[in-house]
Amino acid sequence: MSLRVGIDIGSTTVKVVVLSEQDKLLFRSYERHFSKTRERALETLNAIRDMLAGQEIKVTITGSAGLGVADAAGIDFVQEVYATAAAVNTYIPDTDAVIELGGEDAKIIFFGGALEERMNGSCAGGTGAFIDQMATLMNVSVSELDELSLKHEKIYPIASRCGVFAKSDIQPILNQGGRKEDVAASIFQAVVDQTVAGLTQGRELKGKIVFLGGPLHFLMGLRERFVETLKLDGDHAVFPEDGDCFAAMGAALCATDYAPVPFETVLKKLEDSASTATVVDTMPPLFTSEAEYDSFAARHNASRPPEADISTYSGPAYLGIDAGSTTTKLALIAPDGGLLYTYYHSNLGNPVAIVLEQLREIYRLCGDRIVIKGAAVTGYGEDLIKNAFNCDLGLVETMAHYKAAAHFQPDVDFIIDIGGQDMKCFKIRNGAVDSIMLNEACSSGCGSFIETFAKALGYNIADFAKLGLFTQKPVNLGSRCTVFMNSSVKQAQKDGASVEDISAGLSTSIVKNAIYKVIRAASADDLGKHIVVQGGTFLNDAVLRAFEQELGREVTRPVIAGIMGAFGAALAAWDLHLDRSALLSEEALQSFTHTAKPATCGLCTNHCSLTVNSFDGGRRFVSGNRCSRPLGEEPSRLPDLMRYKYAKLRALQGKGEGDGSRGRIGIPFGLNMYENLPFWFELFTQLNFEVVLSPESSRKIYLKGQRTIPSDTVCYPAKLLHGHVEALVEAGVDAIFYPCMPYNFNEGAGDNNYNCPVVAYYPELLAANVPELKQVRYLYPYFGLHRPRDMERKAGEWFFNEFHIPKRETAAAVKAAYIAYNAYKNDLRNTGRTYIDRARAEGRPILVVCGRPYHMDPEINHGINDLITSYGFVLVTEDAVAYLEDRAPRHVLNQWTYHARMYNAARYVCTQPDMEVIQLVSFGCGIDAITGDEMRSILEEGGKLYTQLKIDDISNLGAVKIRIRSLMAAIEARKK
Amino acid sequence: MAKLVYDDTGRLLFTKEMKEEYTLLMPQMLPVHFGMMKKLLECEGYKVDMLTTNHRGIVDEGLKYVHNDTCYPALLVIGQLIDAVKHGGYDPHRVGLLITQTGGGCRASNYIHLLRKALEKADMAYIPVVSVNLSGLEKNPGFSLTLPFIRKAVYAMMYGDIIVNVANQVRPYEVEEGAADRMIDAWSQRLVDGFQAGKGMSRRQMRANFDAICADFAAIPVAGEPKIRVGVVGEIYVKFAPLGNNNLEKFLLSEGVEPVVPGLTDFIIFKIYNRVADVELYGGKWIKKAGCTAFMKYIEACQRDMIAALEQSGRFRAPGTFQDLHRLVHGYLGDGNKMGEGWLLTAEMLELIHSGTNNIVCTQPFGCLPNHIVGKGMIRKLKDDYPYSNIVAIDYDPGATRINQENRIKLMLANAKGLTHSEPARPREEPQVEREPQLAHANI
Repeated sequence: MSLRVGIDIGSTTVKVVVLSEQDKLLFRSYERHFSKTRERALETLNAIRDMLAGQEIKVTITGSAGLGVADAAGIDFVQEVYATAAAVNTYIPDTDAVIELGGEDAKIIFFGGALEERMNGSCAGGTGAFIDQMATLMNVSVSELDELSLKHEKIYPIASRCGVFAKSDIQPILNQGGRKEDVAASIFQAVVDQTVAGLTQGRELKGKIVFLGGPLHFLMGLRERFVETLKLDGDHAVFPEDGDCFAAMGAALCATDYAPVPFETVLKKLEDSASTATVVDTMPPLFTSEAEYDSFAARHNASRPPEADISTYSGPAYLGIDAGSTTTKLALIAPDGGLLYTYYHSNLGNPVAIVLEQLREIYRLCGDRIVIKGAAVTGYGEDLIKNAFNCDLGLVETMAHYKAAAHFQPDVDFIIDIGGQDMKCFKIRNGAVDSIMLNEACSSGCGSFIETFAKALGYNIADFAKLGLFTQKPVNLGSRCTVFMNSSVKQAQKDGASVEDISAGLSTSIVKNAIYKVIRAASADDLGKHIVVQGGTFLNDAVLRAFEQELGREVTRPVIAGIMGAFGAALAAWDLHLDRSALLSEEALQSFTHTAKPATCGLCTNHCSLTVNSFDGGRRFVSGNRCSRPLGEEPSRLPDLMRYKYAKLRALQGKGEGDGSRGRIGIPFGLNMYENLPFWFELFTQLNFEVVLSPESSRKIYLKGQRTIPSDTVCYPAKLLHGHVEALVEAGVDAIFYPCMPYNFNEGAGDNNYNCPVVAYYPELLAANVPELKQVRYLYPYFGLHRPRDMERKAGEWFFNEFHIPKRETAAAVKAAYIAYNAYKNDLRNTGRTYIDRARAEGRPILVVCGRPYHMDPEINHGINDLITSYGFVLVTEDAVAYLEDRAPRHVLNQWTYHARMYNAARYVCTQPDMEVIQLVSFGCGIDAITGDEMRSILEEGGKLYTQLKIDDISNLGAVKIRIRSLMAAIEARKK
Repeated sequence: MAKLVYDDTGRLLFTKEMKEEYTLLMPQMLPVHFGMMKKLLECEGYKVDMLTTNHRGIVDEGLKYVHNDTCYPALLVIGQLIDAVKHGGYDPHRVGLLITQTGGGCRASNYIHLLRKALEKADMAYIPVVSVNLSGLEKNPGFSLTLPFIRKAVYAMMYGDIIVNVANQVRPYEVEEGAADRMIDAWSQRLVDGFQAGKGMSRRQMRANFDAICADFAAIPVAGEPKIRVGVVGEIYVKFAPLGNNNLEKFLLSEGVEPVVPGLTDFIIFKIYNRVADVELYGGKWIKKAGCTAFMKYIEACQRDMIAALEQSGRFRAPGTFQDLHRLVHGYLGDGNKMGEGWLLTAEMLELIHSGTNNIVCTQPFGCLPNHIVGKGMIRKLKDDYPYSNIVAIDYDPGATRINQENRIKLMLANAKGLTHSEPARPREEPQVEREPQLAHANI
């Protein structure tokens, strides 16, 4: 028998092993390939020429990037999960399950019983590439990240679905002074949750579990998180010595079945396959000549502020600080806008230290000549920096950017700012911000995204961007979030695209993402005539060029594009016309100290993750809170219809007016129950059942049911149901009632009265996926509440069959249930009316929050309602005003009851000068792709602003705050 | 030049004048079925072009004009139509767009509205959009589905199903490459010619045609051992349309397996049955129920003819009847689960497993709402009940790359090859009491 060689070409690394006839490992290697997959494999084989020369060997290739190489070279291919299973079977035969994390894939294999093998779907980040990105974000190496994580004290909840989400969770924690150690461990925990949630899909991870793949091989902190989460002991958590090479070893084992080939032939095949590279999907080049580039560069370099020199200037100056998500920017300006001092640097995870150092430098340079007469701060870290250094003003980023853009292009009517982490676009109409678009959490792969790719391919960002400028065939990578982009790049690499082609392609992808996903524009005219682009990402000429190409229009990029936020803040500071700034003086900075401690607020069910920042002299700043209670102040409770409704619904449990003699019926408190509970509660209590509601939603409830969720892209409100029904089973109820309802109440406001498919049929999904439901009587019949008379009959039959309740009794109970439901609805409308009256009496703005009824669940909306009222709004929900409008034709099929309400509410708001709308959208809600556009057009036609808040299991409110404050700023600007 | 006429709600109508002057563009979902449909429309006096384009530009147009979070089929269909209007060499002022409209709680019923929004965005709001539906939605003076036409269409669909079915069973084994496809072309033409002459549209004539089709396809020379069979189910567009599923069938063929793709007939019966089920579940007019039941019964009778022809051929596997499928899904999903493909999707997986095709690709657009329940949501239970079932769920989306999808399918195939060595699929416990013996007509 001959030696067997397994080659595993993954998304980031190449592994090569040689096995002896006794399956003994004779050679192994593990190396990064920087997208040069075939070359790297060849190099390694050449390096072990001595061992194999002149011999016949058996060889197969495996791995996600191996397929292309194998095809091109005519070498046999084995799917990598299959190969891994083969290796585990051979080397660790009594294994129950395998968890393997690779560069971009996560896999689980279950042995014992039926063999099951699963890979992450196409939307599932939390893997090696994700960890790399997070390390970049924190400005540490992956091994440093690992070391940090081992010293953690607490774990922050970080979205575990997708890398991009996690990123938007981590950034604010870092910016608000969270400990790096804790964040590092939280990142690993997110990977664990992602793997468990995304891949187990109802099958329990127990017994002896083998952990494989690079990240699990090298990262002790990650191992620790897995072992702790799965509650494994040393015997049941196996980390094999060659765990990073198991797929390659499996490939070698699988090679047993194939014919032996001379080693030299294999080498030759690999060498010859080089020329077969084809790139199918390419785009026009960014620049066709150097001359074209030069005139492009000259045009853009013309937009610059007046010259100023800090070493000679004397007089007043104004300071602007932009504590952005990944970078901190400072600008010190003279009254004419001349730049005295600028700073642009990665904030290294600690903006306070950076600003401190910069302020000291600025004071030194200013000497006695320059007096700082105002300091303003903007950006993610606004609150922290403002409190740390006593800045005079904090302003929302959108306003800062507008101020700066208008300075260079007074006619500006559209601004797009692409920073490291977020993207902000807004239109300007009549000198006021008119419509704000921020990137949703799912498309936030902005500047830091190219940077991560550049690093992964072994370049720094500046060199990487330049590479793409003159390539003749940029590769078309599509426009999607980072996770998808990873696989697009993988595909391009497989097709033989060069690094230059990929660099140019990535620039275009960013632009497409911005234009089509965030702005949703079809043409340049959708944006405006005078477009100003800014943000550090636009300093990249490739991105700027791609943007102009895509729009077919020239735009303005100020030379200081990277510090426009800070520049705008400085202008805002100047606008204050102060005699002197309250900014900490040079002396005060001498004794400046800062420590940050994590804490969890226990004052209400939101359980906010707080960061307590302590400064010298006993000054404190708490961040992460949604209300003022952890600060020791009672929050002023403005009228909030969400809170009112929620309390009213939670009260609907117990025996009601009945005696409870027929037993205890459990009702999961989720999805359509937020609308229909008043009906079912009355029906069951009238029939003498006791109604037991599942507990209030919480992260704990979610985690309880997480492992039985079959589809990781379904919305968070649906995912929560798994935990709710499990809690009811534990509560020992006699039966759980959760009806399937394709139809909702017919309110006559739309063309039909459907529920969405998920709301309609989730009870059936639970029956098929939650094993605990087998221990209980789980009732999930189909009912249609839209036909009251038929409902009496149908319910009569059903209750007779299930509980032997006389039909007449049921009929009476159904009648009472309809009355109770209508009373509930009327009460909401009346209460809404009172709130609106009160708001008007007190002169407060009214915010109509449009969403689904279940968006009132504090675990789903993460306390957004508290945040809204804390800004001085009175909050009512869509159903409190929707009934005031009649049905009207829409541009979409208006066939869902909940959406018909939103359209009507939006139309009503358009008639009321003191009302604004915020639409809540659950991530993954496919239907809101349709309603969102329609809501926007209703509101914009009615002269109102459209603000959408996307919510998921993430609970960080940074992005939400920006939107709400931008909305407030825009309302303010309109008043003037 | 036809005048632009609008109805009360401001909808642009397709007028009689337009019927004379305009070319109607229709997307393609099932090449064989839609090909015949196109010919039938031409017989009715419409100028029709079926779009068979398949390139990246379609996705780009879709991304540009359709909300990017909308389901992938909407993006593709609309992208394809707009791409054709812009770059297909048509006079944009002389084209109309045909699109099917199903109605129902899935967002797919909004395609037509999304298409209109897209046209508006593209400054082409003057292009009339014609809804093809059986629910009487959106009438147009210049386009009507007459009863005789619907009858022909139903026959075309039945013929399409049997042709695709037998062709799928021949193609992986054909000695001469392309023989099955040539036979498809010949038969499509022959059938449509027959329709024009009023032939082939009675039960009797259809039975004869079915037999002839089976015989002709059976006569194509084949060779080789039976291959591993892989079923394809899913959201209707990505299940069938090569544009939607990155040429899934071709890929499966290249991997040396035999694709098994349940046909369209069950879906049509399913959509009619839903109206019956609605009345049964929630109450409603008996007349609606009776009408739908009658229509359904007729198509079911045709389906039984088709199954009989396949069984009698002695060469081909026949699918189960609609009622077989309905029985199988009992205990999985209720009769009211009707949005999108509803319970039918799960039923198709069950039928595949029961007929010895344990390996299944379940296709769906990324984030497809009904498929959370009826596709991915049922795989756990299927796996529990049939431990040897081997199902992979694949998401399709403008950003999902082919390599990613193919790698997952390859994993399923690797398992399939492993499984052929072990036991055949057998339910762990008999889930249903009665099972029709005719479901056992599985293996060749």
